[in-house]
Amino acid sequence: MHFEQTSAPHAPPLVSVAVVMQRVLFALLPAALCYTWFFGYGLLINFVLVALGAVLTEATVLRLRGRGTRQALRDYSALVTAALLSFALPPLVPAWIPLLGGGIAILLAKQLYGGLGKNLFNPAMVGYVVLLISFPVEMTQWVPPQMGDIDYHGLSFFQQLNYSLLGHLPATLDVDALTRATPLDVVKEGVRSGRSFFEIRGGALFGDFGGRGWEWVANLIFVGGLYLLYAGVIRWHIPVAMLAGLLVPAGVFSFIDPAHYASAGFHLFSGASMLGAFFIATDPVSAAATVRGRFIYGAGIGLLTYVLRTWGSYPDGLAFAVLLMNAAVPLIDRYTRPRIYGQR
Amino acid sequence: MTELALVVIAAALVNNLVLVQTLGVDALFGASDRVEMAIGTAFVTGVVLMITAVLTQVVERYVLVPLELPYLRLIAFVVVVAVTVHVAGIVVRRASPLTKRMLDVPATVVTANSAVLGVALLNSTASRSLVAALCYGIGAAIGFGLALILFAGLRERLAHADVPVPFRGAAIAFVTAGIVSLAFLGFAGFARL
Repeated sequence: MHFEQTSAPHAPPLVSVAVVMQRVLFALLPAALCYTWFFGYGLLINFVLVALGAVLTEATVLRLRGRGTRQALRDYSALVTAALLSFALPPLVPAWIPLLGGGIAILLAKQLYGGLGKNLFNPAMVGYVVLLISFPVEMTQWVPPQMGDIDYHGLSFFQQLNYSLLGHLPATLDVDALTRATPLDVVKEGVRSGRSFFEIRGGALFGDFGGRGWEWVANLIFVGGLYLLYAGVIRWHIPVAMLAGLLVPAGVFSFIDPAHYASAGFHLFSGASMLGAFFIATDPVSAAATVRGRFIYGAGIGLLTYVLRTWGSYPDGLAFAVLLMNAAVPLIDRYTRPRIYGQR
Repeated sequence: MTELALVVIAAALVNNLVLVQTLGVDALFGASDRVEMAIGTAFVTGVVLMITAVLTQVVERYVLVPLELPYLRLIAFVVVVAVTVHVAGIVVRRASPLTKRMLDVPATVVTANSAVLGVALLNSTASRSLVAALCYGIGAAIGFGLALILFAGLRERLAHADVPVPFRGAAIAFVTAGIVSLAFLGFAGFARL
């Protein structure tokens, strides 16, 4: 008979990793449904494929290392990575992109560093950046929202699945007919070609602040983020610092020259701003650990995102900003160590 | 003025010497065990980079070109770099024992650093003016220091990570350097402003 012996204290942990990860997935659910409503079933298909790639890779590596696979696969962390990566992917991509992305994210950024809690970089963002740089054509196949007056009809579930797995589209359609530039891309190219921001904003793609459809997804991600704050999964420092780092320069530049710089509201509701602030930058492992460090880390991501969006060649720079600040985290933690009590 | 600022930004971030152009990778792995050491190396190499960026262009312009000896460029530049490093070492030693200890970087790390020679040769190839060459040197020094210090911080973390056996040591360091250089690719397209 084997009795488990533990030493005091005997208080059971209130939240396990699995519970935290379940809450993150739950918080993403409304945004995922909204995304599916506006942009079709691509997100859900991609999520299943990314998750498949991620879980298979994780299980293979753990098996090769002779570690138990059950514990690691039950903590849902691979699924959170998969969910974040599938939000970052364009809805209309061939199946090997999400499969490969999930595998790269888990293998390169997580398991090579020793698995859960050891990764230096955010796995989902590593997966996204590797895909974006390796397969730029497939990674820009964004679709516009399916709304009444935007003349566009998306694919049905089976048409989408057929394209993803077999690469077949209905006879009358091709990829170029289905994809459009994202609002961030439209604004960037428009401003570069000499049009004013107000003129671009008048297009059918744009709503109150960001792109139509996109801004609703951002709203629901914000709601999910508030739930995470309420549930104690994340703390407020990083989201607030990140949004301030993004909105302050955006506000200043658009105040000085509103015709050539997108407004702060547009930046807030476009691209990955909300997802980044509440779900990506707040990854407890790859973020800074001290309170002052979190402010620096968050503000750095926001500022770099603005800089890369405005002057870089990629429409959205959030993934690069997160990886750059991930690289700076050891230094941030080193120089923001709290004073030890009693020390001068 | 804007053009010179662009040269600095381009050298520091867009075409980061170490992470994008893969020059000075030996120093990146050789001098990044501890952050203090990386800061010392970054500082010394940076100063040497700026001095040699100008000196080599002076040599190129006023010695090699008038004498029609461009094929001696490589050797001449190596000599300039070696002399600069040696003189810098003497100056540091004279200045104070404390600075010497702080900046105790093996001279070979700086002399045999492909980043230093690389900057000199890139300046020649792009035939920059002396001021532009200095700006490129400043940008390259900032970029080199940034990459080295960031990487040293990451490697200190790696020391405690439970890395799979086949990937321990150099392998995981290369993977990490690869991810950092992927992150720097985000700056692509900056020089166009």
